[in-house]
Amino acid sequence: MLRAALPLLGLPLAGAGATEEPTQEPGSPGEPPPGLALFRWQWHEVEAPYLVALWILVASLAKIVFHLSRKVTSLVPESCLLILLGLVLGGIVLAVAKKAEYQLEPGTFFLFLLPPIVLDSGYFMPSRLFFDNLGAILTYAVVGTLWNAFTTGAALWGLQQAGLVAPRVQAGLLDFLLFGSLISAVDPVAVLAVFEEVHVNETLFIIVFGESLLNDAVTVVLYKVCNSFVEMGSANVQATDYLKGVASLFVVSLGGAAVGLVFAFLLALTTRFTKRVRIIEPLLVFLLAYAAYLTAEMASLSAILAVTMCGLGCKKYVEANISHKSRTAVKYTMKTLASCAETIIFMLLGISAVDSSKWAWDSGLVLGTLFFILFFRALGVVLQTWVLNQFRLVPLDKIDQVVMSYGGLRGAVAFALVILLDRTKIPAKDYFVATTIVVVFFTVIVQGLTIKPLVKWLKVKRSEHHKPTLNQELHEHTFDHILAAVEDVVGHHGYHYWRDRWEQFDKKYLSQLLMRRSAYRIRDQIWDVYYRLNIRDAISFVDQGGHVLSSTGLTLPSMPSRNSVAETSVTNLLRESGSGACLDLQVIDTVRSGRDREDAVMHHLLCGGLYKPRYRKDGMANTEATNGKPPRDLGFQDTAAVILTVESEEEEDSDSSETEKEDDEGIIFVARATSEVLQEGKVSGSLEVCPSPRIIPPSPTCAEKELPWKSGQGDLAVYVSSETTKIVPVDMQTGWNQSISSLESLASPPCTQAPAMTRLPPRSLVTEEPQAPLNLPSDLRPSFAFPPSLAKAGRSHSESSADIPQQQELQPLMGHEDHTHLSPGTANSHWCIQFNRGGRL
Amino acid sequence: MGSRSSHAARIPDVDSIRRETGFSQASLLRLYHRFRALDWNEKGYLSRVDLQQIGALAVNPLGDRIIDSFFPDGSLHLDFPGFVRVLARFRPVDDEDNGNRDPKEPEPLNSRMNKLRFAFQLYDLDRDGKISRQEMLQVLRLMVGVQVTEEQLESIADRTVQEADEDGDGAVSFLEFAKSLEKMNIEQKMSIRILK
Repeated sequence: MLRAALPLLGLPLAGAGATEEPTQEPGSPGEPPPGLALFRWQWHEVEAPYLVALWILVASLAKIVFHLSRKVTSLVPESCLLILLGLVLGGIVLAVAKKAEYQLEPGTFFLFLLPPIVLDSGYFMPSRLFFDNLGAILTYAVVGTLWNAFTTGAALWGLQQAGLVAPRVQAGLLDFLLFGSLISAVDPVAVLAVFEEVHVNETLFIIVFGESLLNDAVTVVLYKVCNSFVEMGSANVQATDYLKGVASLFVVSLGGAAVGLVFAFLLALTTRFTKRVRIIEPLLVFLLAYAAYLTAEMASLSAILAVTMCGLGCKKYVEANISHKSRTAVKYTMKTLASCAETIIFMLLGISAVDSSKWAWDSGLVLGTLFFILFFRALGVVLQTWVLNQFRLVPLDKIDQVVMSYGGLRGAVAFALVILLDRTKIPAKDYFVATTIVVVFFTVIVQGLTIKPLVKWLKVKRSEHHKPTLNQELHEHTFDHILAAVEDVVGHHGYHYWRDRWEQFDKKYLSQLLMRRSAYRIRDQIWDVYYRLNIRDAISFVDQGGHVLSSTGLTLPSMPSRNSVAETSVTNLLRESGSGACLDLQVIDTVRSGRDREDAVMHHLLCGGLYKPRYRKDGMANTEATNGKPPRDLGFQDTAAVILTVESEEEEDSDSSETEKEDDEGIIFVARATSEVLQEGKVSGSLEVCPSPRIIPPSPTCAEKELPWKSGQGDLAVYVSSETTKIVPVDMQTGWNQSISSLESLASPPCTQAPAMTRLPPRSLVTEEPQAPLNLPSDLRPSFAFPPSLAKAGRSHSESSADIPQQQELQPLMGHEDHTHLSPGTANSHWCIQFNRGGRL
Repeated sequence: MGSRSSHAARIPDVDSIRRETGFSQASLLRLYHRFRALDWNEKGYLSRVDLQQIGALAVNPLGDRIIDSFFPDGSLHLDFPGFVRVLARFRPVDDEDNGNRDPKEPEPLNSRMNKLRFAFQLYDLDRDGKISRQEMLQVLRLMVGVQVTEEQLESIADRTVQEADEDGDGAVSFLEFAKSLEKMNIEQKMSIRILK
């Protein structure tokens, strides 16, 4: 495939003298060396990669063209179109070059084209569904494939004995068995290509598709065993060889699976430590999966099985470990590679069929094979299903069986295997090649074309896509637990029992080992669903325009009540705090346009309603780890002042780690003062108050604990803030943090330490409200005088719990407008505006 | 165990139990053996302690609640018919169950609704026919790993209740519960194959 596309693709280049065998000297060899050439063709140097790129381009363009017409693709599966395109291209190549080029070469196929497809399908395999149906899948994959291979091979041999195959096909029983073994395996690529467009129900799909993946081990073994038997000659085959053949079935399949699992383990373990080098995360996934494939191939184990198991095994941990962006990158790269490989495979299949030099046609053999593979597939499915249904909770009905029989598509694997046959050992190779091509074409084109109408006509249950809901997820877990418990009560250790065991083992050991600690939550499925629903809401909300103020009736499905609370409270604050009670908000209210207000409100909405939990967790973790690094906000307020240089470094450090964490969490909008705001901050800084309000995502658990301290400091300073907030994507956050902390280190003696403030209104109100109880400032003033170490200690759990009453005392001090709209309990969590000093400049 | 009773006829009231639960003779016999085995000191009934001794139930997050559901109305003794009656909810749904059933007869124990009801009462601790936010929170606390904080749990609980709550009373009634699961194949999900 890599060799010379010149006749076809190089036609425009012909002027440069590029011929089939590229000339060593580009340009005209006859002339003397012209000194410095202005223009030189170096075709042969770039030839191979150039051609690969061109072929991929052609395939992609073809795909685009096909999909221009929805009508065509809805009727004809893409794989058919690609094969037909391949036939046409092959014809052109043949006409131009007078010989067939760019065939599907087994080496290319097995080493480069197949792995991405298998990895894609293994990685995105719905694992629950797969394991729920593992029994059926294994039966069809092992018993079914063995059955197909032997019956087809034997029947063909019988056909030959009956004289229906021309005598020039020189093949014995073993040859036919070999042919049967390679033609019998259902092909994952073909099945995937066709079934993805058909949308049958998940169970049916997973059974057919799982079979096509797992039967690789059987196919490989059968093929190798038969091949070596043929090469040894049937006379020399001993009884022990048969035993070895059976044993090698286990070695190849279990060995392949083991290789895959080992690499899955390695992969999961590696991604645990990529926190600081996020950029190579996607690469690791591909590298290790590919390494699994190559390793299995090297040890002549089942490579397909290895990659499948690798993808299946690592996904859970890898997804939890790598960042959100890496996850997206992995997903799309994998899909792109797989779809690319699939396209090329089908196109090359078409091209390869044109090469008639490899062909030798025998009608008896071709027709016989076609009939037998269809017949024995159907028979095998019926027999196996009958047995399986004795054990299945949900029996597979007749319609399912029809689809399964009919969906047994053969594909490129069979073709590549038949090409690999040795002509000297198997004289009938050419006949087998021709037959395989016909079978592949027949199954992909005829069956691929008709399976959609068939499914429609039989009214096969289609898969229905519905959005995941929290209820379903939660109840499904409940059901699992119930069933496991009932199995315990009944005393039957069945599937549910073992799954339960496995999950406990996984929780206790595997996840501990393979997941980074911060990733724990993601692996909880209920949490995961919740998280994804929130993300979706946020995105759709933003997509819809996201004007909070204008859409008063806005209700997100997620948390309408919270939204309304947040919204009313913030808008009301904005409106009513113009009284001068709250200088910060007053400034926001009077100076800034409605747009900014909307931004601010939008931010509160997003951070209060949507993202809050994650940050809480972070805050919590930070508080718990107080003895180590102080959390970022704390660092600003009470440590930076005293040991300026050291602490600010530490801040930066904790900042960056924080940012990394946040980076992990997808799209996060963090409201920040803009730089323009910073300018204003300088002005106000002359008032010995350095209010550069930073509205950061709330981490109420620590923030709440902070409250008394903050308010204590708050009454020392009048906060005039002329800043508004902007919503800044998290990407820009680091920069912001750095600028802040550099300002920080330039800044300020302790007395100007502006506290990080969780709650805006209380502080301002404490300062301004005339009716504020007098005892409050006196209560809190001493706290400000605490040395930093003590202040730090104040963050310990015991004291912070003691702080809570204080904090509750503060509640009534909030402005009435605030108080009426924020219920005490929820207010904290809804929007916590954390103010941070901008540094005295 | 086998020597004690190897015949279904030894089970008291075997016919009425069969009629009520729909279990096959073999399943009943199997369950009877299991019942006798759990009743290790041959009281003739099971107590809570007997069930709690099943090792895996102790680690099941819902274990206690499931044991409780074997002892309705605060009773302390579980006799064999009661035992079987609870387990009958997990019998797979046959074609016959849906086909020629006398509409006058009560719904079989393994009907979709009864399966759902079993799950529902695991949530509804106070038996008021509604899963309140608090009850949802308790279940979530059992099910979701320790790594999720209380506030997060609360927001999940809020959202879960909201999602299912249609009449806006802040709680999930049984009908709303069933509605939220209408797309799920309960008959399949809440059945155990060996309990034919």
